[in-house]
Amino acid sequence: MTLKEKAKILDKDSIEKALKRMAHEIIENVKTMDDTALIGIKNRGSHIAEKLADKIKDIVGKRPPVGALDITLYRDDLTQVSEQPIVHSTEIAFDIEGKRIILVDDVLFTGRTIRCALDALIDFGRPKQIQLAVLVDRGHRELPIKADYVGKNVPTAIKELVEVRLKESDGKDEVVILEKAD
Amino acid sequence: MTNEKKMVWTKKDIIGLEYLSKEEIEHILYTASSFKEVTTRQIKKVPALRGKTVVNLFYEPSTRTRISFELAAKRLSADVINVAVEASSVRKGETLIDTGKNIEALKIDIIVVRHDCSGAPNILARSVKASVVNAGDGWHEHPTQALLDIFTLKSKLGRIQGLNVSIIGDIAHSRVARSNMWGLTKLGANVTVCAPKILIPEGIEKMGVKVTNDIDEAIRGADAINVLRMQLERDAAGVFPSKVDFFKQYGISEERLKKCKKDIVVMHPGPINRGVEMSSGVADGQNSVILEQVTNGIAVRMAVLYLAAHAKRQ
Repeated sequence: MTLKEKAKILDKDSIEKALKRMAHEIIENVKTMDDTALIGIKNRGSHIAEKLADKIKDIVGKRPPVGALDITLYRDDLTQVSEQPIVHSTEIAFDIEGKRIILVDDVLFTGRTIRCALDALIDFGRPKQIQLAVLVDRGHRELPIKADYVGKNVPTAIKELVEVRLKESDGKDEVVILEKAD
Repeated sequence: MTNEKKMVWTKKDIIGLEYLSKEEIEHILYTASSFKEVTTRQIKKVPALRGKTVVNLFYEPSTRTRISFELAAKRLSADVINVAVEASSVRKGETLIDTGKNIEALKIDIIVVRHDCSGAPNILARSVKASVVNAGDGWHEHPTQALLDIFTLKSKLGRIQGLNVSIIGDIAHSRVARSNMWGLTKLGANVTVCAPKILIPEGIEKMGVKVTNDIDEAIRGADAINVLRMQLERDAAGVFPSKVDFFKQYGISEERLKKCKKDIVVMHPGPINRGVEMSSGVADGQNSVILEQVTNGIAVRMAVLYLAAHAKRQ
């Protein structure tokens, strides 16, 4: 299957702006950052969580704790995927018990990743609240899941793919829509 | 980016390190490091093998390996059944293949097998569709033990490539030694084996290891030693007149350890014969990682069960 790049929906500047706006929304919404932590879903969600934490620090002067969650072992399609996903480590260096956790991912699509992440997260303790922040919401939900903070809503066709590229993993910051060529 | 790499795991069975490539061994070690994090959580359980069934089929008595496999399977949310030979129909004359076929008819997903005959897991793997994991066969291989030894060594010293590792003890009758030799040489370690002549199989140097009968030569300059259990009651009977004699000539004592590198890593697959292959001072000392090996064994076995169960079959 070959993929053809169809459109660039966010460039470096617009990603920056979206993250800054999301940071403001989070701060306004949670009132105090003292009991709030960010947890990114590996791999790109955790890069976005780090960026978001930097933006929050720029505004309130204090950086919230950031963790990284690997959800491979909680996936509901382990027996269906053709390539066996690599199991990475989860890195959460703080206690999530009683905290407000903002779960961060790059793209919200079917909602299944978030379902896995909720299961995985709750195995670490009982947060007082879990919210969801995503850079791109592309629609097509298969589960009743909704984001609290969205960088950009992008209506897509089901056969399209939204790819978030980040400096940390892909060399540059951009979001593109790809289309299956065949 | 290294952790973005994809690996298609195709081995339904884990029979020995002889049959795994360097990349496959490294992939197991990487996966095990992720599972190690799981074992440090409050809730030490993930749903990766939910709905799968693992049978521990043990034709030879074992406590620690069976418990380790059982815990590993349970922490992956699999269901586990233990079959011990004494209590099974094997005593009524059923063959290994028939036992395998019957287990398969019960819709078991993974068979963990220990057998006193070398090669038994190979035969079983060929005759069933279920995954077969070798938990030790005769004098052949004990892959998960070697993987946990290598995992422990790597987490202590940061690498395997270029390390000087000496395996000391009954090389001839040790499946732990054989699996370690395969794994360590594939990952680029310099391996020395040391034992009395009679406990060194002929032609062993063809595996790419150095052979010596001199314990002091084996430990000098070593980054790590893996001291094997002397089965004086069994395989090694008659080689040494007494345990005291063996300890004098080959045992790792505090005095001997003083001649080694200060930060040498001391491993032992257990159970230890204190005062035979090593002194209590060494077993409980600063350099010993023996209990870490036991802890790491669960993470390594979780990785092996997970990979085998989800192997992409050809």
